[in-house]
Amino acid sequence: MFYREAGDFKTSYSADNQTFPIRFDRYRYYLVLFVAFLVIPFIINDYWASAILLPFLIYAIAAIGLNILVGYCGQLSLGTGGFMAVGAYACYKFMTSFPDINIFFHVLFSGGVTAIVCVIFGLPSLRIKGFYLAVATLAAQFFLVWLFNRVPWFYNYSASGQINAPERTVFGIEVTGPNTEAWAVYLFCLVFLVGSAIIARNLTRGMTGRKWMAIRDMDIAAEIIGVNPLTAKLSAFAISGFFIGISGALFFSVYLGAVEVGEAFGINKSFLVVFMIIIGGLGSIFGSFAGAAFLVLLPVLLKNVLVGGLGWPTDTAAHFEFLIVGALIIVFLIMEPHGLAQLWRVAKEKLRLWPFPH
Amino acid sequence: MKKTFVTAVAAMMVAAPAMADLVFPSLSYRTGPYAAGGIPFADGFADYFTVLNERDGGIGGEPIRMIECETGYNTEKGVECYEATKGEGALVYQPLSTGITYQLIPKTTADGIPMHTLGYGRTSAANGNVFSHTFNYPANYWDGASGAINHILEINDGNIEGKRIALVYHNSAYGKEPIRTLEELQKKHGFELTLLPVDHPGQEQKSQWLQIRRERPDYVVMWGWGVMNQVAIQEAANVRFPMENFIGIWWSGGDHDVLPAGAASDGYKALAFHNVGDDYPLYDDIQKYVVDAGKAAGAGDQIGTVVYNRGLYAAMLTAEAAKEAQKIHGVSTLTPAMMRDGLEALSMTEERMIGLGMPNFGPTFEASCENHGGGGRVGVVQWDAESKSWSLISDFKPTDSELIGALIEADSAAYAAENNIEPQCK
Repeated sequence: MFYREAGDFKTSYSADNQTFPIRFDRYRYYLVLFVAFLVIPFIINDYWASAILLPFLIYAIAAIGLNILVGYCGQLSLGTGGFMAVGAYACYKFMTSFPDINIFFHVLFSGGVTAIVCVIFGLPSLRIKGFYLAVATLAAQFFLVWLFNRVPWFYNYSASGQINAPERTVFGIEVTGPNTEAWAVYLFCLVFLVGSAIIARNLTRGMTGRKWMAIRDMDIAAEIIGVNPLTAKLSAFAISGFFIGISGALFFSVYLGAVEVGEAFGINKSFLVVFMIIIGGLGSIFGSFAGAAFLVLLPVLLKNVLVGGLGWPTDTAAHFEFLIVGALIIVFLIMEPHGLAQLWRVAKEKLRLWPFPH
Repeated sequence: MKKTFVTAVAAMMVAAPAMADLVFPSLSYRTGPYAAGGIPFADGFADYFTVLNERDGGIGGEPIRMIECETGYNTEKGVECYEATKGEGALVYQPLSTGITYQLIPKTTADGIPMHTLGYGRTSAANGNVFSHTFNYPANYWDGASGAINHILEINDGNIEGKRIALVYHNSAYGKEPIRTLEELQKKHGFELTLLPVDHPGQEQKSQWLQIRRERPDYVVMWGWGVMNQVAIQEAANVRFPMENFIGIWWSGGDHDVLPAGAASDGYKALAFHNVGDDYPLYDDIQKYVVDAGKAAGAGDQIGTVVYNRGLYAAMLTAEAAKEAQKIHGVSTLTPAMMRDGLEALSMTEERMIGLGMPNFGPTFEASCENHGGGGRVGVVQWDAESKSWSLISDFKPTDSELIGALIEADSAAYAAENNIEPQCK
């Protein structure tokens, strides 16, 4: 009913292997892009931008980055918060040192810096695996936060140790600083998210991604069939770091505007992004989106329903928020251990056959 | 459930129309590691407005609507709260968090909504010439640092040459605030300063206090908040550090901070910019209109504690500023711009405080276009573990305004240059 696949023939290899091989899915994808780029910017207000859409877009980039490392390459990392901090501080240093260069490139460069840092901390992955690697990346988390708190050069010797994003423009429109328009910051982040998702999708289905997956599934077998673990693992760290760095840079410059490393990029952030990809689905780009949406939107929605709708006291509502989100996480993971992405996949298979499942 | 969901979403979509009420958002935190301090403050803030609403029908005939929003001391939630309440016609923001303050200074200025950071936030915001919409009277952190040193000077008859003073601080923008002032004072008075940072949330302080035990500084000054305070006071008791040589900033001087250490906390000192206890005529009204009427905020068990008084004090200054604004503009409904004028014209005199039923509750001060920081007068309170009460042992005294003024000038000039701000005062 929903999927009318009759007559949808593929005549070439590239047509057969496109991201959305089913016509209906493809149109749906175009529709989402159309709404995201051409409808939402016209109806968005400050609340929707700052409280809901920006965090969703930015966390989705971080989740894509971490998903490449954990979901595709199987290298467990708990250093996401620290790597986001690298992106944020790199962006701050670029913004203040080279004010004439466009902020767009600053964000990209911050991704590059983070990629380098991520590779350095990824080196132990060549010798240690699994939980031990997780502990090594945890060390990165603590070290990086300590470093940014400790060395005043990173925060330009400001008395408070905070970094503040100065005003920067793209095509003459402000995207950082206090006087930004909601649609401008939204579009700025959206461009990065769409770019990241397209790059990530194409990397993961090409040779690089297959090497990562081979390493993830069984590293010895992968080595025997000719996958170089050094390049495979380190490229996963680099690309993952690049995306996480971009998200950290946006998180600081566009979303919050002022950041303090311990509070904004603490261990909680690392766990939050790990939860996103576990709930969303490991090894799935859509899962990164779904997980980010689940953990960003649900608490805000619950708060608005409990406090705004039902008029509960704020503390009770805050406690219930934890309870409900926690319970839902458990329910989802019991029902579908492979995350929301798998839930979606199953639903889609059913819908394709519906209403004649046999 | 579905209907509430729809209403909630609808409420989020449509910015609420400007109401006739005076809207004061309370960005509180009743959860998380800093809730111990957040709850009494939020209760006091809410109860004062309840008294005004019940007793006087609001301010100048306009009812007060207080919107509470839970931030959990978290900057991301703070942004959400700010955006959510902004459209409701919020007149003044009080985020009760230095991190959120830093974030909101440019935003509130761009949106034209004033922000009052009572004894926290960015110290150089005291320079109203640069920070047009930010107020931090009656005292700021640098006054606090100077007040602590002044108190130590007083004990030592004005000579602290060679004394060793350790600063135990929350390793964040908040805790780092006093360092610059203390370094300047160190040069001036010749004491030795040791810096001991404690990381968020502050439950782990063994190594810092081990160092204090080893080095035995003469005095310890603390910039802590939330659970960090209780742990520090307990640790100080464990290493048998003399409590009367241990001075906390006002945020480290709550009842909940000293009670867990029991008798060992006797003699602990804290700075203060408002008075303690519940021996004020206002408390009769609180009893009558709030407690007996069953309208107390939260659990109602915080009344009379130090941080509750601070909430009262914050609400009182807000209400007085609103009265000023009504007087200046001759109307009873206010806009954020009028509220800003009111905050700038606020002058607290002893008569005024007596009239409000709060005699000698805080220092007297007078705000102006240039001066958003008040007089910077700081007192000292001491804890008596026997009677479980604080008492003001040193009245509100002036701090080293010359030194602090120069620092504020330098820091705000740097901020103005960074952000291309023209001085607003003629």
